[in-house]
Amino acid sequence: MTAAPEQIDVLDEAREQVLERGVGLTEAQVLKVLELPEDRIGDLLALAHEVRERWCGPEVEVEGIVSLKTGGCPEDCHFCSQSGQFPSPVRSAWLDIPGLVRAARQTRDTGATEFCIVAAVRGPDKRLLSQVRDGIKAIREDGNDIQIACSLGMLTQEQVDELVAMGVHRYNHNLETARSHFPNVVTTHSWEERWDTLRMIRDAGMEVCCGGIIGMGETLQQRAEFAVQLAELEPDEVPLNFLIPNPGTPYENYPVVEGTEALRTVGAFRLALPRTILRFAGGRELTFGDLGAKQGMLGGINAIIVGNYLTNLGRPAQQDLDMLDELSMPIKALSQTL
Amino acid sequence: MTTYCSFCGKEEADGDHAFCRQRLSAIDPPRYCPECARRMVVQVTPDGWTARCSRHGETASARN
Repeated sequence: MTAAPEQIDVLDEAREQVLERGVGLTEAQVLKVLELPEDRIGDLLALAHEVRERWCGPEVEVEGIVSLKTGGCPEDCHFCSQSGQFPSPVRSAWLDIPGLVRAARQTRDTGATEFCIVAAVRGPDKRLLSQVRDGIKAIREDGNDIQIACSLGMLTQEQVDELVAMGVHRYNHNLETARSHFPNVVTTHSWEERWDTLRMIRDAGMEVCCGGIIGMGETLQQRAEFAVQLAELEPDEVPLNFLIPNPGTPYENYPVVEGTEALRTVGAFRLALPRTILRFAGGRELTFGDLGAKQGMLGGINAIIVGNYLTNLGRPAQQDLDMLDELSMPIKALSQTL
Repeated sequence: MTTYCSFCGKEEADGDHAFCRQRLSAIDPPRYCPECARRMVVQVTPDGWTARCSRHGETASARN
C-alpha cells in the first residue's frame, strides 16, 4: 500500500514560485488560493504584501478619474449604469473643457500622478477625440503636468496613433471578466475585440491598463481563469473593481461581494500578477468599508483611485491619503514615473 | 408639497427609503429631482458632483 501523496500547501508553493522567483501562479494554483479557508486569509494577505513589496516596491500610485462623456452608451455591459439599453437613471452628460481642467487640477492637488479621462462609448468618434485633444492641451496650459490616461472604448489603429501623438501615456480598456464568462456580461461586442484593442495599445508603446469587475456571477474557476488571462496580457496596471449593483442594470439585484471573499481575490490576483500595478478601483467602499480597505492595501494592492468615480462617489480623497500615511506607504512621485 | 427620493424617484412618503438613504450617504449622487422627480443630468467630478433639473435648476455637493 502506498502512502497518499503529501498535500502541498499552495501558499508554500507561492512563496517559492512568486516571492522568490517572481513567477505568477497558474490558473489551478489561483483557484486553490481562491478556495482557501477563512483562517488562511491572513497568511495569504501577508504573502501577497511581501510579493508586492519585493517586485513592485513600497510606493502607492494614486490616480483620479473623470467622466468626459456620461451615459447613452450603445453597448449592453450588464454591470453599467451608463448603457442606453437599460432603464438606468443616469442621463447623458458632457463635461466641458473648463470642467475637465478643474477635475485634472483637483486630482493633481491630491498628489496623484495619473489622471484618466473616460467616456462611455463603444469607441471614440471625431468629436470625442477632438474634445480629448483640446482637453489635454488645456490641462497642460493650466500648468498641470500630471500624466494623462484615457479610456474611450475600442480603438482603430489610426485612433491609437492619434492618442499617442496627444501624449496619452496609458490606456484603460478592461477585459472585465474571464473570456468564458464575457458573453454573459456583454453581447454587443466580444472579448476578442477588446483584446485586439489592447494589443494595438501595447504595440504602439502606450502603457496598458486592463482589469475588470469581481462579483458579476462568475464562478471561482472563472475568477482564476480571468487572473491568468490578465497575466498573459502582461498589463502595466490592473484595476480591480467590485460590482456596484446599480439601479436599472441587469445586475441591480446582485449581492455585493462579501469582504473576506474580496480580500481573498485581492491576494490571489497579486500572486498571479507579481509585477503589475494592482489598483483598488470602484466598489471597494461597499465591499470593504474602511477597515477592509486597509487590509487590501496590506494584502497586495499598490495603487488606488482617490475621490469619486464616473457615476458613483468614492471616499473623500483626503481619507485615503490619511490611510496611506497611517500605513507609512509613500505615494509614488511624478518624477519617478517620467 | 410632495417630495421625492433622490435615489429612486418615488415619493418619500411611499414606502421605505432606508436603502436609498444608505446609498446616497455612501456612493451615489442624487439622480432624481426631490421637487418633481425628473431625472437630473448629473456630472460627477473627482471632488464632488452637480445635478441639474430642467425645471428646478442645478444643485451641487458641498465639496464641489
